[in-house]
Amino acid sequence: MIPSSFDYVAVDSADAAIGALTEHGDEAKLMAGGHSLIPLMKFRLANPTVVIDIGRVNDLSYIRDAGDHVAIGALTRHMAVETSDLLKADVPLLAHCASQVGDPSVRHRGTIGGSLAHADAASDLPAALLALGGSVMVKGPNGEREVKADDLFVGFLENSLADDEMITEVRVPKATGAGWSYQKFNRRAQDWAIVGVAAVLNGSAGVSLVNMASTPLRAAGVEEALASGASHADAAQRAADGGSPPEDLNGDAEYRTHLAKVLVQRALTEAESRKS
Amino acid sequence: MQIQMNVNGTDRSADIEARTLLVHFLREDLGLTGTNIGCDTSSCGACTIHVNGESVKSCTMLAVQADGQTVTTIEGLASGGEMHPMQTSFMENHGLQCGYCTPGMVMASVSLLNENPNPTEHEVREGLEGNLCRCTGYHNIVKAVLAAAE
Amino acid sequence: MTAVMGTPRIRKEDPKLLTGEGKYVDDIQVAGQLWMGMVRSPFAHAKVNGIETDEAKSMPGVHAVYTGGELMDMGLWVAPLPCAWPVTPDMVNPEHYPVGTGEVHHVGEIVAVVLADTRYQATDAVEKVEVDYEELPAVGSIQAAMADTATAHSDHDTNKAFTWALEPNPDALNDAFANAAHTVTGEFVQQRLIPSAMEPRGVLAVPSPAGGEVTLYSATQVPHILKVMMAATTGISEAKIRVIAPAVGGGFGAKLNINPDESLALTLANKLGRPVRWTETRTEAAFSTHQGRAQQQKIEVAADGDGKILGVRVHLDADMGAYMMLITPGVPLLGSFLYTGVYEVPAFGFTCDGWFTNLTPTDAYRGAGRPEASYAIERAMDMLAAKVGVTPEEIRRRNYLAGGEAFENLEVASTLVFDSGNYSPNLDMALDMAKLSDLRAEQQRRRDAGESKQLGIGMCTYVEICGLAPSRALAGLAYGAGGWEAGTVRMLPTGKVEVVTGSTPHGQGHETSWSMIVADKLGVDPDDVEVLHSDTAISPLGLDTYGSRSLAVGGVAISMACDKVIDKARLIAAHQLEANPDDLEFEFGRFGVKGSPDKGLLIQEVAYGAFTAHNLPDGMEPNINEQMVFDPPNFAFPFGTHIAVVEVDESTGETTLIDYIAVDDCGNQVNPLIVEGQVHGGIVQGVAQALYEGAVYDEDGQCKNPSFLDYLVPSPTEVPSIQTEFTYTPSTSNPLGVKGVGEAGTIGSAAAVINGICDALSHHGISDIEMPASPMRVWKAIQDAKAGN
Repeated sequence: MIPSSFDYVAVDSADAAIGALTEHGDEAKLMAGGHSLIPLMKFRLANPTVVIDIGRVNDLSYIRDAGDHVAIGALTRHMAVETSDLLKADVPLLAHCASQVGDPSVRHRGTIGGSLAHADAASDLPAALLALGGSVMVKGPNGEREVKADDLFVGFLENSLADDEMITEVRVPKATGAGWSYQKFNRRAQDWAIVGVAAVLNGSAGVSLVNMASTPLRAAGVEEALASGASHADAAQRAADGGSPPEDLNGDAEYRTHLAKVLVQRALTEAESRKS
Repeated sequence: MQIQMNVNGTDRSADIEARTLLVHFLREDLGLTGTNIGCDTSSCGACTIHVNGESVKSCTMLAVQADGQTVTTIEGLASGGEMHPMQTSFMENHGLQCGYCTPGMVMASVSLLNENPNPTEHEVREGLEGNLCRCTGYHNIVKAVLAAAE
Repeated sequence: MTAVMGTPRIRKEDPKLLTGEGKYVDDIQVAGQLWMGMVRSPFAHAKVNGIETDEAKSMPGVHAVYTGGELMDMGLWVAPLPCAWPVTPDMVNPEHYPVGTGEVHHVGEIVAVVLADTRYQATDAVEKVEVDYEELPAVGSIQAAMADTATAHSDHDTNKAFTWALEPNPDALNDAFANAAHTVTGEFVQQRLIPSAMEPRGVLAVPSPAGGEVTLYSATQVPHILKVMMAATTGISEAKIRVIAPAVGGGFGAKLNINPDESLALTLANKLGRPVRWTETRTEAAFSTHQGRAQQQKIEVAADGDGKILGVRVHLDADMGAYMMLITPGVPLLGSFLYTGVYEVPAFGFTCDGWFTNLTPTDAYRGAGRPEASYAIERAMDMLAAKVGVTPEEIRRRNYLAGGEAFENLEVASTLVFDSGNYSPNLDMALDMAKLSDLRAEQQRRRDAGESKQLGIGMCTYVEICGLAPSRALAGLAYGAGGWEAGTVRMLPTGKVEVVTGSTPHGQGHETSWSMIVADKLGVDPDDVEVLHSDTAISPLGLDTYGSRSLAVGGVAISMACDKVIDKARLIAAHQLEANPDDLEFEFGRFGVKGSPDKGLLIQEVAYGAFTAHNLPDGMEPNINEQMVFDPPNFAFPFGTHIAVVEVDESTGETTLIDYIAVDDCGNQVNPLIVEGQVHGGIVQGVAQALYEGAVYDEDGQCKNPSFLDYLVPSPTEVPSIQTEFTYTPSTSNPLGVKGVGEAGTIGSAAAVINGICDALSHHGISDIEMPASPMRVWKAIQDAKAGN
């Protein structure tokens, strides 16, 4: 369980990273904390010929109050997100979801930008970003652009970034006083969710699903039902609308569909109780 | 490629392949074999060390990622011949049997108490969720960490 | 000095292990070593048509690449890997060499090896070996094996390996069922388990620079057996092989085998004159280390109108995997004697068919046959209780051996003689600790309220066979070795005591416990006792550690060697004190002359006198150096009551273990701290089988969950703290009155947990859930029950 050989390039700025990406093309992989990439490389499921280490781009590690939203540098570690007083007060769902990633040692290394870029449908943070209606700032050779969470996840482990782009910042609207919940169902605490549900009740409802399709997924049916005044219980029945649940040892499609309904209901109930 | 890091208080440098995992660098290049390898998937935590004072899984870091950083392994935890209170607590509470998960478990536990000095039993269990032990059933490990917190 | 035995004592082993100084095989680096990389079959059953090694040979650092055929041609082996337990004379035992040639029979079977300077280079080169396979139909499950439409070995007509029976009185058994008022039938699956000791297996073979001898470091539980078997299969003289098990990171049975990698490292090192090493990766371990359980059970219990058992009939189908490893076929037999549990069973019959599949071979895993047996009878007892309409505790009380009263040396239906037991007080203590009536009230409340989270209380009153084994009993089972253990106690001139044991610890704390036994016997400080083990050059005589045998056989040998030490020292002391040996009292490490309190000698003084030999009785050999080889007259039979309190969330199927009570009886205890630790760990391994673990294979024989990502070894968050208590019923099988505790937890816990889940769901008419009781499985069972299926 040893990665194949590769060339290593360490960069100290986003611009340098983009320069390296431009130079090496799709043979190259960005590595932030490395906690998504290195395991794939050890199994030789990923064999980049160039690894561009952005882990030292220190100016991309921050959590800032930006008025109506909180801005989080892409290289911010999960542990920093989890323990941020600002986030705990203004975007508690995100802080909580960060605390559900892997285990503490993983959270000391893994980064929010890396996790979102990995676009794993089974991962916690993409769901949080969807439910919160957040976005990411993406930088490329031609400058920076904002990508809404809804436009970020396009396929299995696939984001909508170009090969020479990288996420530099994550933006989450403040949801101070909003009701929120994250329901993660798994067999061991350290595991990915079999199914997860993130919910934000902040005037309108943002509800998203973990591991119910090949990409992180908005629970559009639930949101639509709630918007048209359905009860939580009725809305929850539409949990799996638009999903295509994966099948594995922990759950087949029928079970995942059922779990999604149960967890949406629980999430909505808990979120309602947290509204202030 | 050339790397340099402070390991257990000593500056170490070496010329390594970029793909060298930190755990292999520590074990095979520096001879610090107290850090163990129990899995391939960042699941078991046997390889837990501290980088800049925080627990990390050294099987899921490249040695180059620790370039210029401060690393502490189980060998560096005791000071002046005295075991760290966490090590003593593991001994007093029979928190180890075969000892293979133990260095990682101790390093994770120290990191846990650094971040949460007075955890509940539940918080200890959650804090060690990334460390597997096959011998103890965790009962005495949890007891040891709670005792060390006192 | 106060008694040492029976008092909790911190372990001597710990400081090294806690500071990173424990040396496991992979920690040992030697100059000139070559890393071995294994080219393994990706198919469960295939013909190897050709292997192309040129590219691999040209890789940097690669010293050699050998195909299976080339290795066979090198004449490294005089016999295939051994199976020591031909359970029947006609048992089928396919030839199993360390490398496959021609046809491979499970995923991961080695077809070629690479030798390179570094671990990284070996890994790279393995990828470059091209093998031309022709896939053959695979037997991917025991059901497929039994269907016999394809055979796991192409040259076999059937997958059946053997049929073994224990039918002491078939007519009585038939009568029992004919006359029964109640019968229950349980059909249970003991899923395949991946043992998952935290230290992966590894091996390092180092030829002596002086020539002639090879030292084999291995992560093994059985250095002595390994040495004998290496000699027998390689033709290298036993006297030229030294096996060392350094620090070993857990075994649980998975490290008691004679493995292809060990033989390859030894023979190649011997051939090339260079050290050769290999360490399995975790994911590789699913293919390179044997697995456990893998049985299908059918148990039938006949009872009278009051629920008194009249007979128990058992049939097993056991999955051997692709080959017979060291004791593969014997594992079901180890369990056969325990299907009558702690109960008075007038008539008993057991049959077992062994089957070959194209899966990783099975062999011993913590409990080896006994957890399976305990599970079956304890699940069946709950089914019987439901049928008769009494509580689980009542059905057990009605059937306890000796009416639940204390007994000694009682012959049971399976023909064994139980050393001692006292079951009712043990059950009572557990029920008190669990506050059973409060739990049942809470259960009823939740049920009446229709709550999502239902409560279940599951119990198991187990018995197990420890102290493997009386050699004559093994002869009766056709096992190819004895069951004795050796111990040596040497009084050193400095006053210290050197102890050499044939037992091989890998986490059990023998150094501490053996020191305590010696300290207690000889009246010395436990810290003055040094225990040497796990190196065949230091401890040439031994049969190693498995089957909860260390204390009840190896520890007893140490104790009996101490008796010999005392006997010899008494003669020396008497000579030097000019007293009659019979007039000496030995107490607290001192020989004193009765009636003359001032006259006496410390045992250390006697030892020094024996070393100088200046003043010994005529004809006495100098030094005190006593060996005992203990062959136990009988097994030991620990028992206990385990109670699992589970919460089952009916809306998700999730089971949470919220409390666990264990009252174990392992006879007299040496170090209660260690005993408790063994119980904790054993329980969690059984809970793991009940709720989390299971190797899943598809019909092509591919393992779907070989890594720790998907093979769910529980973490600290999945289990609660455990309430332990003990009763103390000394064994009659050995002078220490000890029984063994290494496997007890595992033997009690799986049945307790599943009984608990079934209890929680009984209002749905659910009486069984297959292990592991995953949330999906439980939820589906509830849906099926609601739908009336």
